Amino acid sequence: MAATAAVRLQRRTVGIRRALAPIAEARGMARSLLWAGTGITLVFVLLAIFAPILSPYGFDQYQSGGRRFAQLAHPSHAHLFGTTVQSTDVLSRIVWGAQTELEVVGLALAFGLVVGVPLGLIAGYFGGPFDRGTVLFMDAMFAFPPLLLAIVIAFLLGGSVNSGVLVAAIAITITYIPQYFRVVRNHVISVREEPYVEAARALGAKPLTILRRYVFFNVVQNVPVIATLNAADAVLTLTALGFLGYGVQPTQGAEWGYDVSRAVSDAASGIWWTGLFPGIAIVLLVTGLTLLGEGLNETINPVLRRRTIRQVDFAAPSMDAGAELLEA
Amino acid sequence: MSAPDDVLVSVRGLKTYYSIRGSFLDRLVGRTGAAVRAVDDVSLELRKGEVLGLVGESGSGKTTLGRTLLGLVPATEGTVEFEGQDITHASEHDRRLLRRRMQIVFQDPHASLNPAMTVAQAVGHPLEIHGLARGREEVRARVADVLERVGLAPAEQFMDKFPSDLSGGQKQRAVIARAIILNPVLLVADEPVSMLDMSVRAKILELMLALKHDFDLTYLYITHDLATAKFFCDRIAIMYLGRIVEIGPSEAIYADPKHPYTQALLRAIPEPDPRRTIPRDLPRGEVPDASRPPLGCSFHPRCPKAFEVCGWESRDLKELLERRWAGLGEEGFEAEQAAVGPMEALDVAKTHVRLAAHGGAHGSDLRGLLDRARAADPAEPFWTGVQEMRDANGSLEIDWYDPVEPRLLPADSVEVECHLYDETALAEAAQRRQSRIPQ
Repeated sequence: MAATAAVRLQRRTVGIRRALAPIAEARGMARSLLWAGTGITLVFVLLAIFAPILSPYGFDQYQSGGRRFAQLAHPSHAHLFGTTVQSTDVLSRIVWGAQTELEVVGLALAFGLVVGVPLGLIAGYFGGPFDRGTVLFMDAMFAFPPLLLAIVIAFLLGGSVNSGVLVAAIAITITYIPQYFRVVRNHVISVREEPYVEAARALGAKPLTILRRYVFFNVVQNVPVIATLNAADAVLTLTALGFLGYGVQPTQGAEWGYDVSRAVSDAASGIWWTGLFPGIAIVLLVTGLTLLGEGLNETINPVLRRRTIRQVDFAAPSMDAGAELLEA
Repeated sequence: MSAPDDVLVSVRGLKTYYSIRGSFLDRLVGRTGAAVRAVDDVSLELRKGEVLGLVGESGSGKTTLGRTLLGLVPATEGTVEFEGQDITHASEHDRRLLRRRMQIVFQDPHASLNPAMTVAQAVGHPLEIHGLARGREEVRARVADVLERVGLAPAEQFMDKFPSDLSGGQKQRAVIARAIILNPVLLVADEPVSMLDMSVRAKILELMLALKHDFDLTYLYITHDLATAKFFCDRIAIMYLGRIVEIGPSEAIYADPKHPYTQALLRAIPEPDPRRTIPRDLPRGEVPDASRPPLGCSFHPRCPKAFEVCGWESRDLKELLERRWAGLGEEGFEAEQAAVGPMEALDVAKTHVRLAAHGGAHGSDLRGLLDRARAADPAEPFWTGVQEMRDANGSLEIDWYDPVEPRLLPADSVEVECHLYDETALAEAAQRRQSRIPQ
């Protein structure tokens, strides 16, 4: 029974196609949320990827062709969003800022998932003292305000790690690991008692095989939703860090929160463009990610998902088509 | 102990207790909670190629017995021998090897398939786990064979479907396929058809019989349904509250049930003709709490034929009074309840009880009350167990006979655990009856 490569590929991906099916089937509100969120997020992703092409200047560039830019210049043809007090171009800082934001958030999500999900799986499935200990530790982390925790971590790591992006990512990760851990662990505890897990034990599967093949796929559905919603939150935390001066250092990259903090004093003197545009960028990215997360939640979460049953329309055309077929 | 050649599984004195968590206070002071005796001293043998039915109500421990046998639940005491080898305390590694030889089919086909695996993945996974097939194509070929064998044909049509795309009967076929793909010798079937439609049940049972023939399987068939057990099993074991009360060839059990519980179960099989009403005479009350089973024979509180030696005790008195009060008018109930007062003392199993009279009543009033109860229903077997009642200083002391533990003894072609078939118990009862007459 030889199968062609195409058939084999189709078989391998049957699970992925099934997991994505609800997204294709999403209707109404869920669909609009999902598409709006995807659209906005995609714009920022494209900005980040093509920053070197799209951005008119570098993020810390204050002169061009030996001529220094004007300080606090009004938006004009040369500088669409104006310039800052340091003569840098606001538009360029926003485009490069998108890159910083997405780098940090992407890294933070990856770290959070890589640490939180396996910890949750192991603690939930095996239970015992390890579970007790990790739950206690994670609960203790919940007790700290996330921003405070992030500041402390950023402060501690600032000396030893050179990359500002990495420091910010780790600081944000620490505050989100407990969320993944909690959700995954609690879900594992309920899945662990399912008959199919006992059936797998009866088949002779080792605990790690059971975790990998039987438990994992039944508990990860919620993770994309939390991850996307956390991404939105992470943007806020990163900009807050930047605003307070603990985030990505100005020499290492453009960061919207830092820009907003620099623009605070400008606002009083009627200079609106230095604060408004980074602010709008923050709001838009957070909104986009939140819409995406909520849309995913509506489509993936079976409790919220509403399956619309549409009546089949037995209208005349199909009969005609049948008749034509018969004639032919 | 070496088992004879044709014995596949031999269970000796098997006990499986689940501990229940005590109250918060209990845990604080380190007291351990009580234990539910899910399986309480069971011995049985499973011969090669036979179908042994394990029949009982919910909570009788039949499922736990099946799981303990497979090592899915640790045994508290006793031994399980499989092919002459003690596997009660086998290591995880040894047990994984044993899994190839013994498999289980669960009750709920919807829940026993992983919703995230296709049929081909689920049925083929045992082969991967035990490294019995090389490469995806070989696994797929073996899966196709076994799917065709269990009636999921053409296999190609089912292999890439998810469990949620299949019907209940198809899922159970897939579960059976997953169990037999390893070529086991023992299959524990835990109510395999009870969640299926009536029309599908017979087909699945027929399939299981055909598979037994083809693969030389031995079944432990766990069910609460005596009607299908009759059709399916060579031998039947009736379980009640963790113990086997009767075991023997199916025909013998159906033709001449010995144990009062078996008789009641057989009477409870529904009649297809609704106009025919037959006296059901079902056991009274509910299945008792398995963490505090009745003294003596566990079935005695519900048994219409119980007598002196069956283990009468304080809790039976409480039930008797409650039954009586349920039938009395409000006035009668209030008067009697006032005299008896709180009955917490009766909740602990004892064969000697001092019942204090309340509300200005005397011991003699209590005695009068019990005498009236006895006069109202002289056939009640409870009274056979009362050895003595004494008035004592504002209270009534009641002594019951010491319980005699029932044993599984041969009776005709079956074995039954009931004092009615135990000569020594009968003699003891007769002696007790004799000694009480002078009073």
